[in-house]
Amino acid sequence: MSGDLIGTWLAATLTIAIFSFLYRDNPLYRAAEHVYVGISAGFAVIYAWAFDVYPMLVESFKAQLGAKNYFEAYILVIPALLGLAMLLRSIPKLTWISRWPISFTIGIGAGLGLIAAIQGYLLPQIFDTLRPLVTINNAIIYIGVITTLTYFYFSREHRGLTGVVARIGIIFIMVAFGASFGYTVMARVSLLIGRFYFLFHDWLPLIR
Amino acid sequence: MKVTLLPMWRTLASIDRRIIYLLLTIVVVLPLIIHPKIKVRVSEPVRAAFKSIEKLPQNSVVMISIDFDPSSAPEVQPMLIAILRHCFKKNLKVILTGQLALGLPLGEIALNQVSGEYNKVYGKDYINIGYRPGSTALMVGIGREIRDFFKTDYQGVPLDSFEFMRRVHNYHDIALLVTLAHGAVADAWIQYAGARFNQKIIVGCTGVNAPNMYQYLSAQQIAGLIGGLQGASEYETLVEKPGAATLGMPAQSTAHALLIILLIIGNIGFILTKKKK
Repeated sequence: MSGDLIGTWLAATLTIAIFSFLYRDNPLYRAAEHVYVGISAGFAVIYAWAFDVYPMLVESFKAQLGAKNYFEAYILVIPALLGLAMLLRSIPKLTWISRWPISFTIGIGAGLGLIAAIQGYLLPQIFDTLRPLVTINNAIIYIGVITTLTYFYFSREHRGLTGVVARIGIIFIMVAFGASFGYTVMARVSLLIGRFYFLFHDWLPLIR
Repeated sequence: MKVTLLPMWRTLASIDRRIIYLLLTIVVVLPLIIHPKIKVRVSEPVRAAFKSIEKLPQNSVVMISIDFDPSSAPEVQPMLIAILRHCFKKNLKVILTGQLALGLPLGEIALNQVSGEYNKVYGKDYINIGYRPGSTALMVGIGREIRDFFKTDYQGVPLDSFEFMRRVHNYHDIALLVTLAHGAVADAWIQYAGARFNQKIIVGCTGVNAPNMYQYLSAQQIAGLIGGLQGASEYETLVEKPGAATLGMPAQSTAHALLIILLIIGNIGFILTKKKK
């Protein structure tokens, strides 16, 4: 209980310290910022060890050895070495070794990403765009897609008909940016509400 | 008339940002304290998400992925609580996981809170399998066997020691996947689990991400979308249990009204000053 109380007071102090930046930059704000970054990094390291390295490497190695599955045990040495090689980026003379695990992860990422982009994004979105021209909404989608793509077509100068179509494309792009900006404003205000809710609900019990 | 008003508009258009912050603080704090009642209109994407859970038969397995961290908690955490309430009310089995290590404790907090409200028991009605690295490789791998990545729950207890988990092996055994995301993780679930394994997915995301999700909703790649604090309040309305999101909506409305007024004042000041020049 007292731990919760200390935690709440600490969180409230840090929140106010972060808010103080709105007046102007100050040491209190910078201290809170450093604490946040430090704790996040520390937490991530602990989590990586507890949920990643220890169960999937150390424990798994022990378990496989215990079960006399020597191949399954010793094959774990490869990812362990690749992981250690990644850390060599911090030693200038040995940086080149870190390219091996990097190339390995890029290979996996590219292989998985290529299929996902085509199968999971491009094709479904193209199929959804190719709608029958029977409603005004569908017609607007066609106009929006064609004019926006024309705006991003830079192999031809945007003059004459191309220029007119590209300018219509700008309108669609601006509408999309407007919708995105509106949602972004809502998101930022929501975060502010969240902090004030914490201050006036958890810290000072002004909100029931 | 215009000449006399011009200095006033000019002053208003170049108002100190700290005064704007103060005004914003007042319009956010006052509604939170006064707590006025406003009607929440439920949008179609949120209703679709609700229906996806509502029509699941009892004991179906729902996997909830915590793909946000504390920086987005004010928006997404109310969604998690509302969805958990809905799942437990419907007697669905919940598997909690996450792609962001920093977000997992938030999932645990919500589980502890809501399971108590519905007398749900860990291991029998829900489990938390925690976080494993691998992201996209993990999403594809679950399509084959979940135990390749999660042999145990987050406390190290083997999955097969939980009765309902014995029948869960891959996406075929998961009736619905809920991704609560503040970044591109939702896209990854849709593209890897949805497109490849036909996994039914609903997305709850921050306001910043919501516009990017409508394309998936339109193409029926997701079954529902809960966007931002507004979406969370709509879901709370549907589960008939108002929470932090519903409480925050009046403040959201007054803050938006203030921003619109400031935008109008700023633009009038800008136009008049430009004309004068």
